[in-house]
Amino acid sequence: MTEPRYRYRGLTQAPTAVDAPPTGAGYPVAQPTGAEHSVAAPSRYAEVPPRLLAGWLRTNAPAGLAEHARDHGPLPIGAAPWLVEAITQAGLRGRGGAWFPTGRKLATVAANGAKAGGAYVIVNGAESEPAAAKDKLLLRVVPHLVLDGAELAALAVGAREVTVCVHRGVGLLPVLRAAVAERAAGGWGAGVKLSVVESPNWYISSESTALANFVNGGPGKPRSVSAYRDGVKGKPTLVSNTETYAHLALIARHGADWFRQAGTAASPGTWLVTLSGAVRRPGVYEVPVGVSAADVLKLAGGASEPWQAMLLGGYGGAWLPAGETMAQPLTPESRDVLGCVPGAGVLFGLAAGACGLAETVRVAGWLAAQNARQCGPCFNGTPAIVDDLARLTWGRDRQAWDRARFRMAMVNRRGACAHPDGVVQLVNTALHVFAADVAEHLARGGCPGLSQRPLLPIPAVPSPDQGWR
Amino acid sequence: MAVSAVADKLRVDMIECRAHGVCAEVAPELVALDEWGYPILADGAVPASLAKHARRAVTLCPRLALSLVPTDRRR
Amino acid sequence: MSTVHLAGPLIGKSTLWYLSRSSGFVLLAAFTTTVVLGLLTAGRVASPRWPRFVTEALHRNMSLISVGLLTLHVVMVVIDRYVPVDLIDAFVPFLSPYVPLWLGLGALASDILLLVVLTSLLRVRLGHTAWRLLHWTTYAAWPLAVAHGIGIGTDRPWVLGFDLVCVAAVVTAGGYRLSGSRDVALGRPA
Repeated sequence: MTEPRYRYRGLTQAPTAVDAPPTGAGYPVAQPTGAEHSVAAPSRYAEVPPRLLAGWLRTNAPAGLAEHARDHGPLPIGAAPWLVEAITQAGLRGRGGAWFPTGRKLATVAANGAKAGGAYVIVNGAESEPAAAKDKLLLRVVPHLVLDGAELAALAVGAREVTVCVHRGVGLLPVLRAAVAERAAGGWGAGVKLSVVESPNWYISSESTALANFVNGGPGKPRSVSAYRDGVKGKPTLVSNTETYAHLALIARHGADWFRQAGTAASPGTWLVTLSGAVRRPGVYEVPVGVSAADVLKLAGGASEPWQAMLLGGYGGAWLPAGETMAQPLTPESRDVLGCVPGAGVLFGLAAGACGLAETVRVAGWLAAQNARQCGPCFNGTPAIVDDLARLTWGRDRQAWDRARFRMAMVNRRGACAHPDGVVQLVNTALHVFAADVAEHLARGGCPGLSQRPLLPIPAVPSPDQGWR
Repeated sequence: MAVSAVADKLRVDMIECRAHGVCAEVAPELVALDEWGYPILADGAVPASLAKHARRAVTLCPRLALSLVPTDRRR
Repeated sequence: MSTVHLAGPLIGKSTLWYLSRSSGFVLLAAFTTTVVLGLLTAGRVASPRWPRFVTEALHRNMSLISVGLLTLHVVMVVIDRYVPVDLIDAFVPFLSPYVPLWLGLGALASDILLLVVLTSLLRVRLGHTAWRLLHWTTYAAWPLAVAHGIGIGTDRPWVLGFDLVCVAAVVTAGGYRLSGSRDVALGRPA
């Protein structure tokens, strides 16, 4: 049998623009039957019905104000004084990627706001994560749940204004504006001023200080001071994920104990996973926290091809080997085993025939181009790491492999925000999970997977003339 | 702005930093430079013997990007 | 009573006049050196034997020396009753009956210089943006000082030569600073 010959493709691949998964309406969502759910959920939380997506699964249509009122009841404004305590007891953790305890964040902003004479609230619906679609889905199908949560949070932290930031170019601006108008017309609300803006589509612009900077009239670039101390108009600003506010709106109505009926003790509740890649039915799934990747895959009808690895969390997340890890509960507590937190609920299955290193080069290259051009270690270091990885993948460059590992240690945690950390995590886990590929690429210059078309979607980088506003 | 041996550490505002490198010249025991000229700060509190140099590095930074902050501050 | 008469046996009639003028020359030289060092600091001039902080520390020290020389210059001019310049004229421009325009430019330059030095001593408290905006007023103070020198101090042709050397030094250093070559060398994105 002749040795396969691998084509040397040049040192760097230009990112290939592949369409991102469809966002929001029309994105297929699995209809779980009770039996599947009880198998998927950890045994203590069997039979957990969907919470955020219940209405959508029933009607397959976005919920207007009337339907929202029927499904969830009136806005529990009276819950505001004890909301921070309730959220803390409920153990809600942010669903934007960091899984930070929301109760603690609310308390911090409330305390800072009391000292500063007011606070501000931002709903992070920017979702610049290309492999995630859950926030766009929530904003389209249950906008009033999200807005309820935002208004209640505003009351709890002493803010009188809320700004919802949505992704540009996906048609969410008119949807949210219509929802705000509907609330005003129906007399629904807590006297909080709601506004909607489209934030820049740069990956980095959905970082909390970047978003606060943008809403404050500046560029969508991170700042050195935390938004929870100094955000919009100098006020302490609460920046939380769309899904977090939606859960908050339900906890305010049903209580902490109800919330804890699903999920694990340390990370209660349900969460939204965007499943894509080699899956029969890709889409957004609502599952209790604590399920494993295998459970979610089962809900989605199984894999379309065998998986060699999975990407968990997002593009700044971590590669995990398919195999035993598939049975691990996807929780922040499993961080030691998984190597990362579950992030923004992105779960991408890499088919066995693909080249994990090539995919990583494309994604990391895109991430490196998405930096804010502010911090030297980041705008110098991340492209350098990607270049090293490309030389390793296509150029049989062993020194590049050493250099990449050295540079990752140099760059990690040295920016003003966590963007370089994400690139480092992605590349570092790739080098570990695809170690066999590394050996083969160094020895033979490639692998059969190189001829596959790109699988992970790489959106077009925002055009330079769009700027940071 | 006194520095006590257990209270303060150096912190750099990486957005302000322009890799002038004056800090690494003035306090080489506390600041090293990466391959692009940006500072890598030593972990932990500034020892009392180096406190004067740390303060000079803070004052001489052309961008005022360096500061002394309590050791329990996260970033 | 004229100070010159009191000190009659010790100093000549024109001693104070010469001291006033010479202190002015030295002051302009010091001020020019300070500005050049400032431009070189921003321009990141360094070599293995000449670290960055030396340029910056020299700049700071020269600026303090300049303030000292400014004090000397003002005192000499005020003491010398040959020209009717009072202490107030050193800070409030255009009041004096003696060549009010050229003297006034000197007073303006002094005011700005003192402001710049004071805010630089307090720069850590001021924050970078405010400090930087105030520091840029030096680009007004130095030309005013040169104009003051040319207008009020040129009684010999070599004075203009001296002024020309000062201007050339600042323009050269300024050109280096503006060329931006350091940013390219840093690999910073445009």
